[in-house]
Amino acid sequence: MKMDMTTQGIQAAQPYVAAKSSTASKVVARGVNVHYGEKHALKDVSVDVPDQAVMAFIGPSGCGKSTFLRCINRMNDTIPICRVTGKIEIDSKDIYDPSLDVVQLRARVGMVFQKPNPFPKSIYENVAYGPRIHGLAKSKTDLDEIVTMSLEKAGLLKEVKDRLNDSGTGLSGGQQQRLCIARAIAVSPDVILMDEPCSALDPIATAKIEELIDELRSNFCIIIVTHSMQQAARVSQRTAFFHLGILVEEGETETIFTNPRDERTRDYITGRFG
Amino acid sequence: MTDISAQPTAGPLRRRVDTTSPEAQAAVRRRYRSEARFRTYGLLAILTAAVFLVVLLIDIGARALPAFTTTSLQLNVAVPNDLVPADQKNNPAAIRGADFLPVMREALKTAIPGVQGRGPERTLLRLLSPGAPDDLRERLAANPSLIGTTLKVPLLLSATADLYFKGAGTPITTRSSRDAATPSGTTGTITVSAPGNDFSENLVTVKLAVAERAHALAAEAERTARSSAPNAAERANELRAEAAAMAARAKDTATAETLDSRLPSLLVEINGGLVKVSQLAADRIEGDVLLPLASTNEAKASDWRIVTYVTPESSRKIGDQEVAFLERFKANGQVEKGFNWRFFTSGDSREPELAGIRGAIVGTALTLLVTLVLCVPVGVAAAIYLEEFAPKNRFTDIIEVNINNLAAVPSIVFGLLGLAMFLNFFGLPRSAPLVGGLVLALLVLPTIIIASRAALKAVPPSIKEAALGVGASHQQAIFHHVLPLAMPGIMTGTIIGMAHALGETAPLLMIGMVAFIVDVPTSVTDAATVLPVQIFLWSDLPELAFKAKTAGAIVVLLVFLFVMNGTAIWLRKRFERRW
Repeated sequence: MKMDMTTQGIQAAQPYVAAKSSTASKVVARGVNVHYGEKHALKDVSVDVPDQAVMAFIGPSGCGKSTFLRCINRMNDTIPICRVTGKIEIDSKDIYDPSLDVVQLRARVGMVFQKPNPFPKSIYENVAYGPRIHGLAKSKTDLDEIVTMSLEKAGLLKEVKDRLNDSGTGLSGGQQQRLCIARAIAVSPDVILMDEPCSALDPIATAKIEELIDELRSNFCIIIVTHSMQQAARVSQRTAFFHLGILVEEGETETIFTNPRDERTRDYITGRFG
Repeated sequence: MTDISAQPTAGPLRRRVDTTSPEAQAAVRRRYRSEARFRTYGLLAILTAAVFLVVLLIDIGARALPAFTTTSLQLNVAVPNDLVPADQKNNPAAIRGADFLPVMREALKTAIPGVQGRGPERTLLRLLSPGAPDDLRERLAANPSLIGTTLKVPLLLSATADLYFKGAGTPITTRSSRDAATPSGTTGTITVSAPGNDFSENLVTVKLAVAERAHALAAEAERTARSSAPNAAERANELRAEAAAMAARAKDTATAETLDSRLPSLLVEINGGLVKVSQLAADRIEGDVLLPLASTNEAKASDWRIVTYVTPESSRKIGDQEVAFLERFKANGQVEKGFNWRFFTSGDSREPELAGIRGAIVGTALTLLVTLVLCVPVGVAAAIYLEEFAPKNRFTDIIEVNINNLAAVPSIVFGLLGLAMFLNFFGLPRSAPLVGGLVLALLVLPTIIIASRAALKAVPPSIKEAALGVGASHQQAIFHHVLPLAMPGIMTGTIIGMAHALGETAPLLMIGMVAFIVDVPTSVTDAATVLPVQIFLWSDLPELAFKAKTAGAIVVLLVFLFVMNGTAIWLRKRFERRW
């Protein structure tokens, strides 16, 4: 998991852009540009995301980190004026390949949104929906098992096992967000994208989610966008700092927070701007 | 620059509001007054609207009330054995086709014995509706063994008689006599002599009326004299002479006075009969017998009465003879009021007492069914496509603008379109619910599309994102998640649209649904009419009884509207979700 220190030299030759790490990279982006109509939102971003680790994207509002996150499961496709160029590969397969089915891609790349958005249906239905449309369960018991396991993994089972048929919207904010995580992992994705998953939650619920992210790390590749530098420091192994659509610096979280090479990164993490 | 920076606190930024100054206090008072004023305006507006609404509802309700009751005569009807030929006794069709007129005539004559002559008999029979034997007919057809027995059945009264009992008749005053009186006969034209001058008060009243008329005539004579007509002077003289003669008649209390239909009708109730006074003197009257007397015996004082029908005969729809018959039926306790089921179970008719709204209701139901079946799938599908799938370009913009414009097109234009398209081009039948439904579907479609789009738009995008996020396709996200959440809004919009269609008249006039149709339609291609058009048709008829029918149909239409809108509100409340 730990990044090989010898890569430092390569980073020097190719400043601020991560080279291939020693462990296999799950997501590889090269020269990604995103335009919203006239606006150039993301400029030439290249980054490697390792598997079985948490990568945090930090940066001030409007810096493009969420935009980049939404490129990874092609959620930007739903915005008509959005145009993405460059290359993003997951497991060495180009996800912008025209022959690739975007629905299957999204089944492999789960997403948790900023605001908890459970379906206004029962807790069970919330989790069962994904497996059902992808035909993951062969029988009702199979489906029950998937739902139970997903809720268990999301640390929600204990709290809701007696009321699986209650509405998902009746849960507390933190529980709703964990339900959304359970919904995402129910389809066994490879990558989970989290877009500021704790920004609408109180500190206790946040702590629970962070704990959960740490546990999920061993099975998934997790990319989290966050405004809280403490959160990035707590949950992630690698951190990327975005500023004005540019990936300014990327590296091990410890390094970024203790010894950033770029002045903008230092200014941001010390709270000078942003 | 330096001067300013030298005194930074003196700048306008540090100006303070003095909330205790008189100006500030006045400003606060002004603000409160303005708020209070505005609240009063709002309250007044609401009150005005409420008063209008209440007045409207009460007025319609009060007018409609007579339409919901009906009056019939409970008579003993002797059904003769030879009503139908003996071999046809078990044939319902033959029983239904039998002539019931003589049966009813006999029943009426039994109820009021002694009525003779074609005139009074015809008058008596005209009190009944042409549909009066319907009840009896059905009972006999269902149970032929009743032929040859005497049955007590309700016979529906005609609209005029019905209205008489609903208050469109005349006030009646009765005065007891002081002295004895003797009639000269029991039927025909008779005299009643009352030596005690029992009629003197009535004579005075009549003479006063004559004097008044003489006065009016004199005034008219003067007006004629002043006019420039060719033979004005001649005519004025004639009138003056007439006025003078009349004035003399008024003064002379000894001569008998002839009563006419412009005066209140005077009647004498004596020996179980009723005499309508035509010649009035202080001690005797001459008149026609309306209800036959039992005998020519002398009636003692207070055994006979003087009756006045206050409204002159010429000012009411119903004659003295009819009033006399109806009052007799009433006195016999044979008049029965009941709920007017026929209003809901029969189609239109030229006879107000037989007319009902069943045809219009069924026509409305069929028309709305066609509308619903057409415009819900089309409207919702169009809304989903435009809202979720359509590319945003010039073409879809134009479509969107035109849908909004269509919602504001006057409904008669849709009627013309229907006439040109469905009747003339496609050759569909006139007056049919099918064509009405098609036209109304065109009318309602924009409303449903707009409402459905608004409902779809109101579903938070996060729900769609969540579905896409777990790998649902666009279509799955919409049909599994967005559409169910938008459904209450879509249903509300649909019901409001349907309520709109329910009240629509103008386009249906254009496609011929305005015809007089007696039969209740059974399919969408039968000729039919709808409730609002039925109201329109009835409101045009001259018969007084149709006024109540019109109001009754309006009440039914309003009830339908309230129920539909209530359902819409209930659906919205029931399925409303919060995020």
